Amino acid sequence: MKAMESATSQPQEPVRFGTHPSRYHHWKLSFDGSVARLVMAVDDQHALRDGYVLKLNSYDLGVDIELADAVQRLRFEHPEVHAIVVSSGTDNCFCAGANIYMLGSSTHAFKVNFCKFTNETRLYLEDAFSHSGQTYVAALNGVASGGGYELALACEEIYLQDDASSAVSFPETPLLAVLPGTGGLTRLVDKRKVRRDLADVFSTLAEGVRGKRAKDWGLVEDVFPKSKFEAEVKKRAAAIVAAASPKTGGPAFELAQVVPERRDEGGKLVSLYRHVELTIDTVHRLATLLVRGPTGAAPKSSEELRSQGNDTWHLRAFRELDDALLDLRFNHPTVGLIVLKTAGDPAKVREHDEALIELQKDWLGREILFHTARVLRRLDLTARSLFATIEPGSCFVGSLFEISIAADRSYLLASDAENAPKLGLSAVNFGSFPMSNGLTRLQTRFLAKPAHVDALRACEDLLDHEEALRLGLVTFAPDDIDWEDDVRIAIEERASLSPDALTGMEANLRFAGPETMETKIFARLSAWQNWIFQRPNAVGERGALTMYGRPERPEFDWRRT
Amino acid sequence: MSHISSERIPNNVDLGGDRKLQRALEEWQPRFIDWWKEMGPEGFQEDQIYLRTAISVEADGWAHFDYVKMPDYRWGIFLAEPTKDRTIGFGDNYGKPVWDSVPGEHRNALRRLIVTQGDTEPASVEQQRLLGLTCPSLYDLRNLFQVNVEEGRHLWAMVYLLQSYFGRDGREEAEALLERRSGNEDKPRILGAFNEPCRHWLSFFMFTYFTDRDGKYQLLALAESGFDALARTTRFMLTEEAHHMFVGETGIGRIVERTIELMKQNANGDARAEGGIDLGTMQKYVNLWYSVSLDLFGSEISSNAASYFASGLKARAKEDRYADHLALESTMLLDVPNADKTGCEPQEVALRNAMNEVLRGEYVEDSQRGMDKWNRQLEGAGVPFRFTLPSKRFHRASGIYAGLHFDPDGTILSSAEWDAKKDGWLPTEGDEVFVSGLMQRPIYEPGQMAHWIAPPARGIKGRPLDFEYVKRQDG
Repeated sequence: MKAMESATSQPQEPVRFGTHPSRYHHWKLSFDGSVARLVMAVDDQHALRDGYVLKLNSYDLGVDIELADAVQRLRFEHPEVHAIVVSSGTDNCFCAGANIYMLGSSTHAFKVNFCKFTNETRLYLEDAFSHSGQTYVAALNGVASGGGYELALACEEIYLQDDASSAVSFPETPLLAVLPGTGGLTRLVDKRKVRRDLADVFSTLAEGVRGKRAKDWGLVEDVFPKSKFEAEVKKRAAAIVAAASPKTGGPAFELAQVVPERRDEGGKLVSLYRHVELTIDTVHRLATLLVRGPTGAAPKSSEELRSQGNDTWHLRAFRELDDALLDLRFNHPTVGLIVLKTAGDPAKVREHDEALIELQKDWLGREILFHTARVLRRLDLTARSLFATIEPGSCFVGSLFEISIAADRSYLLASDAENAPKLGLSAVNFGSFPMSNGLTRLQTRFLAKPAHVDALRACEDLLDHEEALRLGLVTFAPDDIDWEDDVRIAIEERASLSPDALTGMEANLRFAGPETMETKIFARLSAWQNWIFQRPNAVGERGALTMYGRPERPEFDWRRT
Repeated sequence: MSHISSERIPNNVDLGGDRKLQRALEEWQPRFIDWWKEMGPEGFQEDQIYLRTAISVEADGWAHFDYVKMPDYRWGIFLAEPTKDRTIGFGDNYGKPVWDSVPGEHRNALRRLIVTQGDTEPASVEQQRLLGLTCPSLYDLRNLFQVNVEEGRHLWAMVYLLQSYFGRDGREEAEALLERRSGNEDKPRILGAFNEPCRHWLSFFMFTYFTDRDGKYQLLALAESGFDALARTTRFMLTEEAHHMFVGETGIGRIVERTIELMKQNANGDARAEGGIDLGTMQKYVNLWYSVSLDLFGSEISSNAASYFASGLKARAKEDRYADHLALESTMLLDVPNADKTGCEPQEVALRNAMNEVLRGEYVEDSQRGMDKWNRQLEGAGVPFRFTLPSKRFHRASGIYAGLHFDPDGTILSSAEWDAKKDGWLPTEGDEVFVSGLMQRPIYEPGQMAHWIAPPARGIKGRPLDFEYVKRQDG
């Protein structure tokens, strides 16, 4: 089957994700001791694409890329910060959410990936609270509607200015016929535990809820009059700081940019990072993502960790992997299958893993592990088929073993030769890298046999093809005679299937086990939203999202499904 | 309970037989009186004022004149008489019967329109509450209070709609209308112009000329509404709004007249030197109040405006004068600032999205009429000065020109150019001090006029100019 269309109708500038506070257009990051202020002041003329203006502090991907950068830098560069106050630089308006005209003029694929990225960023706020003792406080100095309130919901505490007009609201359903899909509905009832009936009223009330009622309904922690708002929020931030314990380990350093060298090798687009190599075969809609293991010595102390700094293998390699995944998601929408490979010395990967485990008492060691975990979750959540091929010279051990088990399936070349590929586990596989469902990837794989996971802890040696198969750590282990056909046919066959059906199938199979707020956001909420995004009532010729801002009113097909 | 009766509250909405409205007003009316005493005209609550009260919608009923203490004023609830078999005159529901109750589909939009309109009414009373202390005559003092009590009545009109048609939420919004305060940092009024102080009588006349005229056009647009109660309410309010603009137009006209006299008395034609308000300063106040009033119409390109029109909630002023009531195919050419902010370029905008601009255009035309009148006074006196309305782009705080700088001719300026020149176009603190300085002392003697303003051509309701329009309690 031929590709019916590219994802965008016209060639566009690729989206790039690296930025720096000195280059922010939309956020102002400032510091006062242990309190950081993150002020949203969207420059409406600096949209990522042409065709819409970012009015009323509304956001597009460009705004969210800066937010994600700030959240990441706060964790790595500002261990002294314990409270982050998020507010608006625009009077009377905190944030109006995602820009409607941007959504209305985007392809479905872009909308879905935009929402996924913003969802991941909001989860990173909560991740910073859970793991890094950085508490986000939303100071709503104006109306927070839609995605604006969803951003607030991702903070641990929400304060609303009580001025008879500032409100929190979810106008998506009544005004746009879509959902507050950036975790809003889920956090309302799962995180804040707002009563379901009140949440029902709130989610259909375009004008939202303000003042005392917002507090009574549990939509915000408290409301303060405008004249006291700043002082009260400051007081709250100070209390958070007073209750926090300082981090030990040593000073921070500035995160360096991660920029690959990009080459067009005639039908193959290659991005060469230091440890990661992304090759895109546009003809076959296939990508190969190769991660190289470490070559140098692992850091053995806090001092060594800092002297390696940005060059610390885990930090650098997984930041590169992260960037490559985002590049794939946004700039290469037709690539359906990613072949995951590694190359390097298995013993070195294990050495680096163990060194990091040892350095967990150092805040920076912990941050690097948490970062690795986030990137692996981004891999889990990437809606492309993932096949791991485990070949001679590979190093699928510990941190990199997680890549093979994150894949939808894995192929290990069975061989008894000296250089036969092997797998290996390390301590990081048993709790350092939880999935969205809260379980490790091993626990998720062996839901039926929890004891098996415990038994695997004893595997200290590298595992050959027979053991890997016996222990259920690879899917197939063809020998060198079958390898070529088996792997090639599997890839070609996979690439021929419907991308929609595959996305749905993979997402359902990847996240077995318990539901968490995170899985509900990415599965239930996002799936419903993505369905609604396809329906005529939202995006049809007369759909509400299409008609927004136009002179005519939307028309609905009243049949419920 | 006794304060809620048809005797106390003149009405044509069957208040006596409407338990829902009675219950709502029993709560609200005492709070309104408290608000009036706290935020209404300062220092005159015990005085007897010669006021017009609407006691019915009949030709002889809407203008009943007598002395009354303001807190005892009979604020009434009046709707213009219903039109039989009225249908919606515009938008997607064109030709369908009007709504006798609020359609759920349009609850939020109607509530927003009514609350926004309602909020301006008490706001202007608050803005003007200290003006009585510097009045130029008893005639003007009385006119100020007439405007104030009628703004109060307009608040009642909007509260009636909220309480009768919007359930509990409407009652809460009615309360909130009494809680916000003009210029208050914690509870400001909704629209910017209504948080600007009205410090002296020149501003008061400009306000009633320019800002109340915005009110006229908003009311004209709402008078077409498919929600019949809103249409009928606003149609009756329009009869009162006309008086407010009369106060503004004649007030400015009288200042112009006096300024011409003072210019003639002075060898250099300098009215300021003679204790009057010079024409250049008046032009600055025109520039100020006209531009802040233009903001009240909302953004030039507005999805809300399109939606209000499409839904049949808010039309153009006097919609029946237009041929095409669907406004689906037409467009309007707007001057939109270009991307690099070096000027404006014409852009075609769907007519429905430009409805705010359509209404603003009518307002601009109407505003010009007073200017022409004052200019004829100047011409007749042989004074070469002419008042002009600045460009619609000048000094805007909302809409597509907000955040940019334009001179009164509409030419774009850099921030530096603006900063260097703005004092020549807008009142400075020095101008404020000067104008207020002319109005230090109130004139309470019947028939007397302050030095800076000429007497009116005639008194009120056939009364002479030296009639005691306000009987001061302590004098």
